[in-house]
Amino acid sequence: MAHLLPSHLKILAVLAFISVSVSTPITRWPAFIAFFLLLVATAYASKIPLLMLFKRALIEIPFIFFAILMPFFGTGEKFEIAGIELYREGLLAGTSIVVKGTLGVLAAVILSTTTTAREILRGLERLKLPAVMVQIASFMLRYVNVISDEMERMKVARESRGFIATGIKHWKVIATSAAALFIRSYERGERVHLAMLSRGFDGNLPTLVTDTVTKKHWISALSVPVLALIFSLLFLVIGW
Amino acid sequence: MNNVPSLQIKELAFAYPDGNQALFGVNLTINKGERVALLGPNGAGKTTLVLHMNGIHPTMQGEVRIAGELVDGKNKETLKQIRAKVGIVFQDPDDQLFMPTVGEDVAFGPYNMGIRGEELQRVVDEALTQVGMLEFRDRPPHHLSFGQRRRVAVATVLAMKPEILVMDEPSSNLDPASRRELADIVRSLDVTIVMVTHDLPYALELCERSVILSGGIIVADSSTRAILSNAELLASHRLELPVGFTLS
Repeated sequence: MAHLLPSHLKILAVLAFISVSVSTPITRWPAFIAFFLLLVATAYASKIPLLMLFKRALIEIPFIFFAILMPFFGTGEKFEIAGIELYREGLLAGTSIVVKGTLGVLAAVILSTTTTAREILRGLERLKLPAVMVQIASFMLRYVNVISDEMERMKVARESRGFIATGIKHWKVIATSAAALFIRSYERGERVHLAMLSRGFDGNLPTLVTDTVTKKHWISALSVPVLALIFSLLFLVIGW
Repeated sequence: MNNVPSLQIKELAFAYPDGNQALFGVNLTINKGERVALLGPNGAGKTTLVLHMNGIHPTMQGEVRIAGELVDGKNKETLKQIRAKVGIVFQDPDDQLFMPTVGEDVAFGPYNMGIRGEELQRVVDEALTQVGMLEFRDRPPHHLSFGQRRRVAVATVLAMKPEILVMDEPSSNLDPASRRELADIVRSLDVTIVMVTHDLPYALELCERSVILSGGIIVADSSTRAILSNAELLASHRLELPVGFTLS
């Protein structure tokens, strides 16, 4: 399902879902279970294996590291679990960050699994992100392979002459290579610009595909955040 | 209109801002439909000359005309038309192919000329068909082989329907089969071609006429066969036929 939607609707849906989940207080925990189940259902409908979804979500670990520490430091009310002193405020804030962060990452993973990087850029373009930013990102996408190939060749060339980086004393060589790579990339940028000028570039990149957006697309894209909002309000009303 | 030369260069001289002079009065006329090889050693000023043809380097002295129209680096409007008329295929296809897919890259030139919608789609398909790459339209360039990328690079300028096609080292880094395929494509095109190359057999195969640019001036302008059979001329400008190659 999610594979077929126009990418800008998917981006909107993810942003709306994250907004709803962020603005729901963590104390209404049943809402978060509902949010989680919504995401699982979306992943299921998009035929994303759950294991893959969770594996990709592991990327958030370095970001929530500090949130996990929060219950151990702080002020105010404290209580004890298994001999460890925890702060109530910190525990709530930490849990809030971990839970909401995880939901956001899961939603983003569903987006990135069902959408090519190119499509996401196109979606951002349709959402009126400044053209320059979209262009910079799309050049990065195009040249990241070219430059990493170049880096690989430089590494092979270094090693072919007997160099193997083992420790701090080799950092100078690595730094010099990085500088050379930067200069090469910079010069390539100039050549690309020249080639663009030669074909009449005047600041606008063409867009070829313009897929039509139907009402059905909107409904299906917004179903997830709207359901999330309903759950959030529902648990607020019944006061769980 | 048919008698107007595609390219007319008169007394073109150019020095880089650092004072290093690259061109010392170049005269060159290329008629419509000709295929001309531009030969010369490294540093002879070939690239500098090419970048004058579409006004990337502003003309300092002398004049360059494309199909009769003066290349004027200061006039932005005519410059755009000139760049549509002069299609340059650069040496490294990765410099030329900067869009996410092959089709979008081919569309880049015509789009800048104001072509939109179905017409744009048609022009793109036509150009890709000319180089036999239509089936790769929706692929990203980095998945193609080097030879395929070079062919797409040719398509990106063909899509602009140029008056004159300038190819910088078209055969460099190509395997023999890709080299031959590109030659077939070049032969099939009905357009004026300037080919900058060190590959003398390739020049002989594809171009009736050759000019040698050396030290910033045109030192020879004749049939390719005549130039390649003049060993003394070649040697004095650091040009050599491959070992074992004889003109038959």
